[in-house]
Amino acid sequence: MIKDFGKYAIMFVALVLIQVLILNNIQFSGFVNPYIYILFILLLPFTIPGYFLLGLCFFLGISVDIFNNTPGIHAGATVFLGFMRPGIARLITSREFIEKGNTPNLTQLGFAGFLKYTVLSVIVHHLFLFFAEAFSFGDFLHTLLRYLLSCIFSIVIILASQFIIFKN
Amino acid sequence: MRSLFRFLLRNYFLMMFLALEAISLVLIVSFNNYQRVTFFNSSNDLTGTVYEKFSTMEDYFSLGRTNARLAAENSSLRKQLYMMKMNQENYPVNPADTIEAPAYFFTSARVISNSVNKPYNYISLNKGSRQGIKPDMGIICAGGVVGVITNVSPNYSTGLSLLNKRLSIPAKINKNNYFGSLVWDGEHFNTADLKEIPFHIIVNVGDTVVTSGFSSVFPEGIMIGTIKNFDVESGTNFYNIKVELSTNFKTLKYVEVVQNTKQTELMKLESNNITE
Repeated sequence: MIKDFGKYAIMFVALVLIQVLILNNIQFSGFVNPYIYILFILLLPFTIPGYFLLGLCFFLGISVDIFNNTPGIHAGATVFLGFMRPGIARLITSREFIEKGNTPNLTQLGFAGFLKYTVLSVIVHHLFLFFAEAFSFGDFLHTLLRYLLSCIFSIVIILASQFIIFKN
Repeated sequence: MRSLFRFLLRNYFLMMFLALEAISLVLIVSFNNYQRVTFFNSSNDLTGTVYEKFSTMEDYFSLGRTNARLAAENSSLRKQLYMMKMNQENYPVNPADTIEAPAYFFTSARVISNSVNKPYNYISLNKGSRQGIKPDMGIICAGGVVGVITNVSPNYSTGLSLLNKRLSIPAKINKNNYFGSLVWDGEHFNTADLKEIPFHIIVNVGDTVVTSGFSSVFPEGIMIGTIKNFDVESGTNFYNIKVELSTNFKTLKYVEVVQNTKQTELMKLESNNITE
């Protein structure tokens, strides 16, 4: 448990830094911005208590917000993802898998399972994120395009990162 | 009361979710609409330090490009200096009067964070109030106008980039001095809209657009860009002008902050007009 705590703490810091320092500077064609910091939330074990999950979500979101000058937007989106996560978990795996308390990663879930899990999570998170941003500037079709393209890039990057780590 | 507590306890996941979303919503509404953010922005020291450390490392990758740009700017300044000297030799003027102190001072700074793909883009610089930076100072670079400072901490400052739909800059067409205001179109990082130019005047593609000097933030005649295309919307008396910005926001590294020493005097005088 203590070992896991250290592992997750390092992952938290690393993902926030990768997000704000590298990915926020990668701008494919001007309006696609992948957000992969939610990988931290994806990889938490399914048995984590609800209050802890939501607390971590809020803290992660607000950390990204502080760097991005967008207080509340990422926090809201990540808390929303945290709220939907138990539902997503029930949708993609069996009760036994959830109760075992394993980390839901690529090797545990298998490629198809992890793909479904990532796609659903990214769609939920980005929907809130881009909707909250749009709430302050309008322009629906433009937002939709940004939303869809960013979803695709986020999913691809999250899957690629998992392949690099677990391939060996 | 007891049953209320029991209800809350049983549904604590939902309740906590709603509470955290409410906090986020309050943050979104209360901070994102105003730029005068004091804590949650990248001018605070923690995020400023992280951005600066990373940016110094990143600088090594663009040394060649930066050098080339500095050399180009040097040569253009040298040309201006030479022209000025030549003018003075041909038409000698009185020696500079010390009462007429220059109105504008420039402080160079490095960009430590910048974005071009959001609807509201911000820029952070590595100089702050200790170096004399104050809110409402203009930011320019060799290419042209960059933005306006809004927040300062002792060592860092942040501001609105020109690529922020909340910023409008008084601009004019250089050849005939007709003025309007320039606002980013929110679409692409090198175009903006020039508004309020009446349609009876003649404009051409390629005309230079510069700052008008009507606000005390920028000196007159700082390059903004050139006219890319224009049309007249039916039912209005104004052109729709697209301006191609001369500043390349994607490779922005070194900028200058403009300090107008007479800004307070001017603002005080102008505020008299409003109160009367």
